[in-house]
Amino acid sequence: MTTKLKGAQILCQSLINEGVETIFGFPGGAVLPLYDTLPQYPQLRHILVRHEQAAAHAADAYARVTGKVGVCFATSGPGATNLVTGIANAHLDSVPMVAITGQVARPFIGKDAFQEIDITGITVPITKHSYAVRKAEELGTIIKEAFYIANTGRPGPVLIDIPKDVFDEEANFKYPDTIDLAGYEPTTHGHPLQIKKAAKLINEAKRPVIITGRGIIISKAYSELKELAEKAQIPITYTLLGIGGFPESHVLSFGMLGMHGMAYANLAIDSADLVIAIGMRFDDRATANVSRFATQAQIIHIDIDPAEIGKNLKITVPIVGDCKNVLTELNKLVESQPRVKWIKEIEQLRHDHPSHTIRETEDLIPQYVIRQIYEITKGNATIVTGVGQHQMWSAQHYVYDKPNSLVSSGGLGTMGFELPAGMGAKVGIPNEIVWTIAGDGGFQMTIQELATIVQENIGLKIAIMNNGYLGMVRQWQELFYQRRYVATPLAGPDFLKIADAYGIPAIRVEHKIDVIPAIQKAMDTDGPFLIDFRIEPEENVYPMVAPGASLAEILEEPSKDEASLAGK
Amino acid sequence: MATMKRTLVMLVEDKPGVLNRVTSMIRRRNFNIDSITVGHSVTPGLSRMVISVDGATTAVEQVRKQLDKIIEVVKITDISEENIISRELALIKVESTPDTRAEIVRIATDVYRANVVDFTPESIIIEISGDEDKVNSLIDLLRGFGVIELARTGRIAITRGKLGPLPKTGEEQPKRPKQKKPKHQNN
Ligand SMILES: Cc1ncc(C[n+]2csc(CCOP(=O)(O)OP(=O)(O)O)c2C)c(N)n1
Ligand SMILES: [Mg+2]
Repeated sequence: MTTKLKGAQILCQSLINEGVETIFGFPGGAVLPLYDTLPQYPQLRHILVRHEQAAAHAADAYARVTGKVGVCFATSGPGATNLVTGIANAHLDSVPMVAITGQVARPFIGKDAFQEIDITGITVPITKHSYAVRKAEELGTIIKEAFYIANTGRPGPVLIDIPKDVFDEEANFKYPDTIDLAGYEPTTHGHPLQIKKAAKLINEAKRPVIITGRGIIISKAYSELKELAEKAQIPITYTLLGIGGFPESHVLSFGMLGMHGMAYANLAIDSADLVIAIGMRFDDRATANVSRFATQAQIIHIDIDPAEIGKNLKITVPIVGDCKNVLTELNKLVESQPRVKWIKEIEQLRHDHPSHTIRETEDLIPQYVIRQIYEITKGNATIVTGVGQHQMWSAQHYVYDKPNSLVSSGGLGTMGFELPAGMGAKVGIPNEIVWTIAGDGGFQMTIQELATIVQENIGLKIAIMNNGYLGMVRQWQELFYQRRYVATPLAGPDFLKIADAYGIPAIRVEHKIDVIPAIQKAMDTDGPFLIDFRIEPEENVYPMVAPGASLAEILEEPSKDEASLAGK
Repeated sequence: MATMKRTLVMLVEDKPGVLNRVTSMIRRRNFNIDSITVGHSVTPGLSRMVISVDGATTAVEQVRKQLDKIIEVVKITDISEENIISRELALIKVESTPDTRAEIVRIATDVYRANVVDFTPESIIIEISGDEDKVNSLIDLLRGFGVIELARTGRIAITRGKLGPLPKTGEEQPKRPKQKKPKHQNN
């Protein structure tokens, strides 16, 4: 049936047809007609953020925890440009998102009208696709395509730019049932011949290692991955965004690899004769010096994006397809075998290089705080982080057994992600525990969202790892710039007063004995809660692979004596 | 790594912004192109682009795959290793004097089968089409007389034989003989 609707109504109706429930947004002149229409569609919950960047990050995290497409609205001009960081973040981490921006009315386009900006042009390199709408009658088809593109193949953000007068234009509306995109057809099933070759390599390998990325989570290939690992007795390591793809306390889990990965994971890869990379893209933070990555190994690379194959590394057997489908087929051909010798060898590595142990100390160290968050939440929380040292400690010292339980900004490394992403995640999974582990620097980049959290009563728990520094940068200054701490010390503010001003209960923790009661209090309090942890200011993240070094050249935590010799 | 001239043929949807997406991708991936040409294709609604690049095989393959990710790119093929005909058109404005005029015309028309399309007391415009080597060598020769202005189209190319770039609807397309690997499995 066809009905006549206004553009804004077509948009809302189409969003409902796509199963959208929540929109993060911020109004302005060009989207006034859209906002005026929203009350007609009470099924759509609009969450008013305090800065458009937060709308994009919240939609991003919402998408990561629900698997649905995240949606955000912004007005033309500055509203649209404020989304840019958030869109780029989603693009680099392959997160499905639809960003809808208002544009000046059609007669004004190209005239440098007030708040006119070429947002489709600006976002070409950071979107999977974009649309500049010209007629209300196109809207249904465009939205249908946008959601399809955003959440199929390798997911990513799609931007739809809509001129103000299109929202008011009437058109016949019938939501399309089918999609006609001649140039878009993701390969979802692996080539059988390639899968056969891969199985042969796996069956013949003596020292195989699996490396997984976010692709496992996107395709929900959890059980297929587990089957492969257990059947063929292959140890698993994962990238930062691969955390939550395989239970961390499983005996075959060897933790995160890379620049701040577990030493034993990096060393295992270095001595592997076969690397099976699944749903990951050989980012330099994971491979370290790529020319010396896994030099003894042949490499199988499974990924849905053909352009990732061979981009950074020469691949022995590439397989393009969805991880879940490919692994299902692969598992049929992989032989079960014990591989006792190899497992024993790397267990020894784990024993000799215990990167995950937290040192005994009286000081309030962040590793201890994060481990306590794990203990008290019994591993049932979803952890959201910012970018920096606290991010790495969160990756290392919380134990991620629950699938998809870490939300972090990987590819873009966006400080300020923590608070809006925590908010978006909690909105997406309101009945689950969500903790944001924030840096005192990053937290201040999007601190205004405390107001959104209160206005919408979002029960997010916030732990600030307050070291008084832009810690990760300070660590590099310490190690590579002779401790010249230029522009990294942070003075204040008093986060308790800030929390109080926004109306969020908060406490400060300065001593180790107060950690557990504080976390417990946060858990026992309904609604949002903030803890300002005053951690050791010059604590460093270890292990660490220095820039240019290979994975095997990983530096482990210096003992106390070495540290004092170094003048700390 | 050894580089060679390669030719990519693309069929793209005829929509605003497509050329911008293509050039943005090429720039962002740090890729140098020799020329890019755009024109209508035989199918309404689709444009045909030819990109000539100088690059290592693996780098060109990477760019082919990145360009293939653009939604409006319906098809992109590296035809470098197929049997192709490629042509370029150039208009060359050359200085001439009563002394040199006859020699210029002789070189252009007798040796290169080019056309003289404009004649003034001080200049001659020559039109030549052919493969790039032929066009380049004529230009080199004419430089001695003084080339005032040069307009070149960049390379267009097409494969020999019956095969088209897209399968016709309802018709089974025979396999491209010289493409070694299946489309998405290239390394
Ligand atoms: C938007 C942005 N600006 C700058 C950086 C560079 N950077 C990476 S980590 C870091 C320090 C982060 O400080 P903080 O949030 O306090 O976290 P910490 O490292 O102290 O845990 C900086 C400045 C970045 N990643 N993002
Ligand atoms: Mg800090």
